[in-house]
Amino acid sequence: MNRKTSSIRQREEIQGYIFILPWLIGFVVFVLGPLLFSLYGSFTNYNVTSRMDFIGFDNYKRMFTGDPLFWTSLYNTFYYVIFMVPLTTAGSILMAVLLNQRVSGTRVYRTIYYMPSVLSGVAVYMLWMQILSPETGLLNTLLRLIGVEGPAWLFDPAWTKPAIIIMKMWSVGGGMLLYLASMQGIPTQLYESADLDGANAWHKFRYITLPMITPVIFFDLVTSLIGGFQIFQEGYVMSQSGDGGPMNSLLFYNLHMWNKAFEVFDMGYAMAMAWILFVIVMILTALNLKYSKNWVYYEGGDNR
Amino acid sequence: MNDRYYVSRHVQQRRSKIIVSVILLAGSIILLMPLWWMISTSLKSMDEIMQYPPTFYPHEVHWENYIEAWHTAPFTRYTLNTLLICAFSVAGSVLSNSFVGYGFAKIHFRGRETFMSVVLATMIIPGFVTLIPQYVLFSKLGWVNTYLPLIIPPFFGSAFFIFMFRQFYMTIPNELVEAAKIDGANHFYIWFWLMLPMVKPVLATVAIFSFNGAWNDLIGPLLYLNDEMKYTLQIGLQNFRGLVQTQWHYLMAASTLVLLPVLTIFFVFQRYFIEGMNLTAGMKG
Repeated sequence: MNRKTSSIRQREEIQGYIFILPWLIGFVVFVLGPLLFSLYGSFTNYNVTSRMDFIGFDNYKRMFTGDPLFWTSLYNTFYYVIFMVPLTTAGSILMAVLLNQRVSGTRVYRTIYYMPSVLSGVAVYMLWMQILSPETGLLNTLLRLIGVEGPAWLFDPAWTKPAIIIMKMWSVGGGMLLYLASMQGIPTQLYESADLDGANAWHKFRYITLPMITPVIFFDLVTSLIGGFQIFQEGYVMSQSGDGGPMNSLLFYNLHMWNKAFEVFDMGYAMAMAWILFVIVMILTALNLKYSKNWVYYEGGDNR
Repeated sequence: MNDRYYVSRHVQQRRSKIIVSVILLAGSIILLMPLWWMISTSLKSMDEIMQYPPTFYPHEVHWENYIEAWHTAPFTRYTLNTLLICAFSVAGSVLSNSFVGYGFAKIHFRGRETFMSVVLATMIIPGFVTLIPQYVLFSKLGWVNTYLPLIIPPFFGSAFFIFMFRQFYMTIPNELVEAAKIDGANHFYIWFWLMLPMVKPVLATVAIFSFNGAWNDLIGPLLYLNDEMKYTLQIGLQNFRGLVQTQWHYLMAASTLVLLPVLTIFFVFQRYFIEGMNLTAGMKG
């Protein structure tokens, strides 16, 4: 009897491992192996074809002291993240609040607001390059109607990144759905009792809605921060095939890394850059997790 | 006094409803404008595009822009290539993630929770950290300029989809699995015959997401495909811009055609997008 149950348990265990095997193989071959390879490679002068000599911290030294474009790309990426993350978070919360009101047609509005976020890829960048085109573009056309002469957007180094951020705001509805789902889970009694106390709309938002959606805000912050640092395609497509745009103003971190790795095959250096990015993302995620305790509210009271 | 309080409250509520409606309407006009502009530009003549003041709809409709744009580059070929990659990507994702997700949700084995945290932890790894070594791996295997680097990895699962499946399987009572086991079924049988029919919504969601992902992927094809006849729509479109420069009517016509399948899928299968979001929401806890 005992032997039988233990053999059943064993069979269960083996089946469990078989089920996760595809992931496990993929993890080792496509994630763990590459991670270790790039960590070692970042200390070499690897160039895919001929050489892979250990050169210590030379790549890292060169990055911080001998490559001004590294700093440019880091600056561009931080600029983008610092504006994009709060703007999209606030934008999707605002959208969700509006869509959570009991007015007619919210289902249709929800579809319209969400739709831009499912559209991505080169076609969307082409569409926005036309909208941002200084002469014939929609944006400057509209600005001209109200008597404002718009900037040259993608051709003016001061306006390239704001242009990209405006484009990102178009697809802000992706996060909205998460907030909306969370808001619809808030018990209506909370609002009803607030009504009895004479609370106005702002009070209800500030003291009921906002605390109740902090878990989603936290999730949104973490994921859009990680995503934001990986901006690449926008810079690649919207500057002439990856040259970084006017005065390198669209040379994002990943674009610089891409050019180093696949244009000049300075792979060791590119892998060192990749690790610095990884470290930045890890530190920011850890800080996010650490400070979340202070402001993220979990129902049930115990701050997890 | 009480009456007046309620009346004013009622008026106030109606007023705020009107304000919200107006804002929502204005917001949707702003959000729909870029798409309208794309389609409108795609149907104009170049003269009308350059015209000032600009026109907000094509005064003369040029459907032939679409045909001319399509024939300027081998777009039919690009489409077939893209569809091939999408088909493998969807098949791979649906199979592997539903399989692995079942293991994490319904089978007890040592280290399960640890492995699951590893799955989740991999989501914070920036793609570019593993991109370069993966390129090295695939080039050593001789897979560059083939579709293999684009269609093989989906068969090994992806963290996000595994998580989605796991969340959904966990809502299915364990008693079902236990009962089937008592009847002598093993987990492979239970997964395929019992569970897959029950998780159809997630299968659809994952299929749609991975189709969109493969359809819109630029980095993969850019890195691995050199031969123009192997190009996908994304690099094809990127190349096309080099050909037509600022002939916006052609560029917008081609862009509209590339976006059309994604838009259609969105409108037909909208509820699965929302389903996917609700499953994502499980991650916030």
